[in-house]
Amino acid sequence: MSFLAVESLTRRFGGLTAVNDISFSVERDEILSLIGPNGAGKSTVFKLIASFLRPTAGRVLLEGAVMSGRRPHEVARAGIVRTFQETTVFKEMTALQNVVVAHQLGLAATAFGAYLGTPAARADAREALESAAEILDYLGLGHIRDEKARNLPQGHLRALGIAIGLSARPRVLLLDEPFAGMNLEETDRAVAMVEGIRRRGITILLVEHDMRAVMRISDRIVVMNFGSRIAEGTPAEIRANPAVIEAYLGRDDETIGS
Amino acid sequence: MARHLAAASAPELARAFDSRRGAFALLLLALLLYGLVPAVFAGRAYWLNVMTNAALLSFASLGVWVTFAIGRVNIGQGAFALIGGYTTALLATVLHWPFWLCLPVSAVVAGGVGFLIGWPLLRLRGIYFAMVTLSLTEATRLFFLNTIRDNGGGVLNIPRPPELATPLAFYLFAATLLLLGCAGVWRLANSRIGWVFRSMRENEELAMSIGIDITRYRILAFVICSAMGGVTGGCFALLQQNIYPATYTIADSINFLLYCFLGGLEFVLGPIVGAFGLVLTFELLRSIQEFQALLYGVLMIVVMLFLPNGLLSLGAVLRRGRGGGR
Repeated sequence: MSFLAVESLTRRFGGLTAVNDISFSVERDEILSLIGPNGAGKSTVFKLIASFLRPTAGRVLLEGAVMSGRRPHEVARAGIVRTFQETTVFKEMTALQNVVVAHQLGLAATAFGAYLGTPAARADAREALESAAEILDYLGLGHIRDEKARNLPQGHLRALGIAIGLSARPRVLLLDEPFAGMNLEETDRAVAMVEGIRRRGITILLVEHDMRAVMRISDRIVVMNFGSRIAEGTPAEIRANPAVIEAYLGRDDETIGS
Repeated sequence: MARHLAAASAPELARAFDSRRGAFALLLLALLLYGLVPAVFAGRAYWLNVMTNAALLSFASLGVWVTFAIGRVNIGQGAFALIGGYTTALLATVLHWPFWLCLPVSAVVAGGVGFLIGWPLLRLRGIYFAMVTLSLTEATRLFFLNTIRDNGGGVLNIPRPPELATPLAFYLFAATLLLLGCAGVWRLANSRIGWVFRSMRENEELAMSIGIDITRYRILAFVICSAMGGVTGGCFALLQQNIYPATYTIADSINFLLYCFLGGLEFVLGPIVGAFGLVLTFELLRSIQEFQALLYGVLMIVVMLFLPNGLLSLGAVLRRGRGGGR
């Protein structure tokens, strides 16, 4: 049984089939990338896996349990946590507050207990604070933790978005274009960060445009075009796959990535 | 241990500071409500009633503030005040229940209606939610106008319990209610629930993605708001000893919002400062009769222009001004 299985996912918007019969599986502790030209349906697959969208057909399973049709927060609780494209964070909170508030899962006290300030609630708050500080330090955000998020530069915001995701104790982390808009040096750091997250025992599924990063970081790659899966394999296999080259470059014989 | 202390100290200190400041603000409010107001207005029934009214309006606005906390502009509080008012009025006159029983039932009925209506309504955001809640106020008015046939939809001669017979006693009751409400909402805003509300106000999708059941928390905020509206309506019906469909109209629903805006949305005390400020200003302008509404409007515009974050942001604005001057 696969850790995360995507079975014949299809999603139509009116007459448009954004995702057409997509199947793939992600193994535990793997980094799997979903790539494809703009409009290929990658982000829709993401939303379907995180249950932010309901599939027209097909389903998603985590360790054999059906996730599709559950509400997003339930899927997050089951361990599938997504991040967002660009810089979706709580802008009016400090970095630390962002990450503390994201520690909603695995709390001992009920909301009512938290209201009353029971010992369990105080222990929760202490643990969340410690864990948040640790996550921020780990992602290199320790020095800006008391800055308001809206004052932070892009690179920090991207990392903060990942910190928020990590706080929800994911078993599978869905990263939506984590390297977009980064220069080479920033991408190198971000790649190291994603590899570090995997070493923490978190399986990673990422959607990305940056071929160089994807080729370096991925164990396997699934390629989509026009809503359908056109290839799947290791980075070396994908690089040599004529269908992929055609999808990206038209009929030409240049290789992609490097 | 040392590492943990280092990790935890700054925000924990900040929180401790906040709670001290909150306790200080509550103490100040208690002193004003229990000390200053009775001392100034002792024996002046009219003014004590004005103060009672302001305290009750503050209480309802605190509820509206809670829905602001989840990022919804709620123009439906008048509806819940009417529902609470009629619940108390009908239970007291038809079933002869004592007021002290009617009031909690009013809260439960208004909160229950909020629960049922909130489920579908809270899916809406922004202007759509505002418009639907606005219609709710009008629909509730029409409902009571058409279901209660006598006295133009009114319920008259609501008996007052002997404990609340004097204006001063009623005022002290309203002041106590307000203090309790304020302490309760302050605690809410500063607990984990308050932070969950904040995260939803900023970005509901992101809140969902970290495992927050936003439907549940939205409903929670709306039910708290509605129940507070119901309590206000019940008390006001008793204060007036009657209630009519026009006791709470759209204008009242909008006023509850204005009190929040005027006082400042960032502050739990905001709706209280706003309500007392506006009610007092309106009463003081009464002496100039024909210009009352005009001046009132101009004052509001001036405050909103110069203090867009509300009256309570005055301190911060002054601090910034002084800092900039140096």
